Amino acid sequence: MAEHTIKAFDEEIDRLRGLIAEMGGRAEAAIENAMLALQRQDKALAAEVVADDKRIDAIEAEVEKLVIQVIALRAPMANDLRDVIAALKIVSVVERIGDYAKNIAKRVPLIATNKRTLEPIALLPSMGQVAGEMVHDALNAFAARDADLALAVIERDTVVDDFYNSVFRTLVTFMVENPKTISECAHLLFVAKNIERIGDHATNVAEMVYYAATGQTLPERERGADIQPED
Amino acid sequence: MTESQTNLTIADPKMSARDVKVFYGEKQAIKGVSIDVGMDHVTAFIGPSGCGKSTFLRTLNRMNDTVASARVEGEITLDGENIYAPSMDVVQLRARVGMVFQKPNPFPKSIYENIAYGPRIHGLAAGKADMDVIVEKSLRRAGLWDEVKDRLHDSGTALSGGQQQRLCIGRAIAVEPEVILMDEPCSALDPIATAKIEELIHELRGRYAIVIVTHNMQQAARVSQRTAFFHLGDLVEYGVTSDIFTNPRQERTKDYITGRYG
Repeated sequence: MAEHTIKAFDEEIDRLRGLIAEMGGRAEAAIENAMLALQRQDKALAAEVVADDKRIDAIEAEVEKLVIQVIALRAPMANDLRDVIAALKIVSVVERIGDYAKNIAKRVPLIATNKRTLEPIALLPSMGQVAGEMVHDALNAFAARDADLALAVIERDTVVDDFYNSVFRTLVTFMVENPKTISECAHLLFVAKNIERIGDHATNVAEMVYYAATGQTLPERERGADIQPED
Repeated sequence: MTESQTNLTIADPKMSARDVKVFYGEKQAIKGVSIDVGMDHVTAFIGPSGCGKSTFLRTLNRMNDTVASARVEGEITLDGENIYAPSMDVVQLRARVGMVFQKPNPFPKSIYENIAYGPRIHGLAAGKADMDVIVEKSLRRAGLWDEVKDRLHDSGTALSGGQQQRLCIGRAIAVEPEVILMDEPCSALDPIATAKIEELIHELRGRYAIVIVTHNMQQAARVSQRTAFFHLGDLVEYGVTSDIFTNPRQERTKDYITGRYG
């Protein structure tokens, strides 16, 4: 894209995009590490995820400040305007994604007390991986202004929803069969729900990227049914 | 036209231009512009210096007639009537299509006389009482009445720049025009005087078809509902103002409004 006549404007836009790339990378790492900590029952790693979330929150604040400054001083128009508005909305969503990863990490010590291996634990890392990839791709799409990549992210949301339904049923079955696992299963259910929400939020990011890149809003889509009626 | 211009259709246009070309001697300033201007919207013409926006604006009330080397081709209609037809009375046309210029240019006469001049030469007032009504109404519409009602016989040139510009708008309004053309009406004014003119434009909208040429894109965004972007004598894009400023269709429009031009 051609440069702005005013160079400082380009520098601010670059800084904004750089901050969002960093924030996305950190959110992705938080999801990955939270899932690793859960699998390995690694409390130290879980504590690290919780601590690192502060940096994600700090970037959100920094981006908000920069966006307000750019709007006030540069009066951005057209694709520039869409970019900064998308940036503002994306950081608030990524901040929430970071919170979900933190929430998963916080449950690790509570689940780690129980040594039993539950079948859903085997399913959760794959689910976390898909959600993490959605976050990764949504932010890559923002960096590259790639509307097609954004659409691909949105389509993947149903995969996460399907995972969630599957985990939900498995956990309910476990709890029915062995009430002693209820506390542990309840925590795992929250973990699954958090991952499911991460997928939804990655989808929201992708929708904003699509708007920023094309100027068009996507039609209201069918939301994947994350709760299915009991058979 | 090489680039496809966004042909915004306007139902019941007040003025229509079809394939309008303007030449200054050998040099072509406007390269075949077609556009409709409606009654219900303020239309802004934007574009870099030399793009032809002012030249085109001036074709709409035949102001280019006063430039010896200027030649206009194509058709421009007001209510379906060709304004370049030999039968067109140019004085009458300019009463119907009024103009406000970049620099406020009140006559060196009293405030009252500045407004009364047009109605008098067009025979719009039956007597002094009638004229008083026209002057008050025009100054009220121009948002100037309260500021000048106690000194109507002071010189118009003694007013502030912003007041002078509103006096010029009042003067244009006094002859009951249908269209008001404004060529950079705020470029010589401070931000407060500018805001008052913009508010005035907002109030006049709907009563007159208003076309404003402005260098200030924020101003175009603030006052207009339709925006036309001119570049090198072409009408590149014409659309709903909010679309032009959030999602322009043409690369040239985007580069200009985002500050990437040249």
